[in-house]
Amino acid sequence: MVRRLLVGRLLDLAVVLFGVSVIVFLMIRLIPGDAIAIMLGANTEVTPERMAELRSRMGLDQPIVMQYLRWAGSAVRGDLGVSLWTGRPVTDEIVTHLWPTLQLTLLSLLLGAGFAVPLGCLMAQMRGRGADIAMRVAAIVGLTVPSFWLGIVLILGLAALAPGFASLGYVPFSADPVGNLQRMTLPSIALALPILANLSRLVRSAMLDALGQDYIRTARAKGAPERTVVYKHALRNALIPFITSVGITTGYLLGGAIVIEQVFAIPGLGRLILGAIAERNYPLIQATILVVTFGFVLVNFVVDLLYGLIDPRVRAG
Amino acid sequence: MRGVLRNRLLAFAAAIVGLQVALALGAAWIAPYDPTAQSIIARLKAPSAAHWLGTDQLGRDVLTRILHGYRTSLMACLASVGAALLVGGALGLLSAYYRGWLDRVTMRIMDVLFAFPVMLLAIGVIAVLGPRAESAAVAIAVVYTPIFARLLRGPALVICESEYVAGARAIGASDLRILLHHVLPNLASVILVQASLLLSAAILVEASLSFLGLGVQPPTPSLGLMLSEGRNFLMLSPWSAIFSGLAILFLSFGFNLLGDALRDTLDPRLRGSTD
Repeated sequence: MVRRLLVGRLLDLAVVLFGVSVIVFLMIRLIPGDAIAIMLGANTEVTPERMAELRSRMGLDQPIVMQYLRWAGSAVRGDLGVSLWTGRPVTDEIVTHLWPTLQLTLLSLLLGAGFAVPLGCLMAQMRGRGADIAMRVAAIVGLTVPSFWLGIVLILGLAALAPGFASLGYVPFSADPVGNLQRMTLPSIALALPILANLSRLVRSAMLDALGQDYIRTARAKGAPERTVVYKHALRNALIPFITSVGITTGYLLGGAIVIEQVFAIPGLGRLILGAIAERNYPLIQATILVVTFGFVLVNFVVDLLYGLIDPRVRAG
Repeated sequence: MRGVLRNRLLAFAAAIVGLQVALALGAAWIAPYDPTAQSIIARLKAPSAAHWLGTDQLGRDVLTRILHGYRTSLMACLASVGAALLVGGALGLLSAYYRGWLDRVTMRIMDVLFAFPVMLLAIGVIAVLGPRAESAAVAIAVVYTPIFARLLRGPALVICESEYVAGARAIGASDLRILLHHVLPNLASVILVQASLLLSAAILVEASLSFLGLGVQPPTPSLGLMLSEGRNFLMLSPWSAIFSGLAILFLSFGFNLLGDALRDTLDPRLRGSTD
């Protein structure tokens, strides 16, 4: 059973990855007008020879299926093309910009998901009309706060409270761990708040759901202490939908990181892709979207598998 | 008792949304100044009697620009969520009704679009079309199309299996008639709730894109753009950045609360669920 499930999931994964690669590949072909002329638009010396050269370098003079196969073939070998202006392999550019974004995403995930579980449990134990409404409104506020605005407010607040605190820019963790974490604090909080709001609300309703089940009544009936009932029986079951949501949340975080990086002057993938759009560096845009989306899809694939391992009902079905 | 409470919440949400929509529609009449009129002597002023919310780096009235920004943001988001509902909804309905290969192919394509992180797919669309307000609206429509398709397909499948659809078919109703007169009206509450929730999300995405310089371009008043311009003068005068961000929050909050309250009122089965 487990094997059939795994094969099915792997097939789904292959189809989605193939589809994503086709869409990213087609991007450059969907540009209205002559993509080559647009790409060279910013350049002053555009000769027909230079255009023809770029066209053949990018393989745009071949049949489209051949173009895709060539592009996908090199991508599989880790070659995503060269940046139009610097001539560096785009893979190198992505790797150098990947770490700040990855760190920001992970820290926010830890903050948001980590605090969501105890908060959600706490919220599930607070019942009653007033508490209900207050939590609901608070959750929606948390969900709809623009994280980039929250970032700016945090910068302002901290500048007033602690003028010496370095809140902008980025230093690698390996060079200066304290400085790195200091600068990552505010952006992570700004990015984590909507997740905290969403996930704690989810944990709360899953907990309320679980606490109303027969097995909780059984556990209470056999005299299990309330703490065991809540944290062992109810929480374990409530965590199942939570884990799925954490996977989907990474997609929000990766996108949100691109915006937050602009607020805090962090040289991550956001700066890379925005710079690439400004200079119409299409190979770099394509590669960044491809790499990040593949990462997101794979994270969700792993979460899906974990979910299958945790929940015996999925394993059997 | 709960029913009354829910309706009170719904009324509150509707009032917040209604007020902001009215402000957006009436921006040209209500706003005290011209949204693009600059004034060198009145730059970066704090809130005062003349400028309730202060002025920006070009001496433009922040309140005026926020009111016009509401208009820009609402129009873009209504158009893009509307387009996503039309295309995605039609795909979801047709997939549920005809099943078979049409369903499989459509849903596979939707799965693939769904696999992209929202912001990244939107940025990809804008990279193709060029950074403009229209591109941002198209990008949001593309991003939300698979969401509507998936959301409507599920309940539509149940309705298509129901006896009244079988009955309509038995008396010779055409496919189009069944879809429009029997399936669609039963999806109205789902559509209303989701459209409201997605509008709330779309407002944040549109503001983010404009903030990044990928959406509305200056000098058009836009909430996201105001925030991005105000950011450069934060230590001199934070008012423009603070108030435009609050405006984005209120707008998005209103639609989210409305969707939440509508869900409670229209669909008691979903009460207490969060997504």
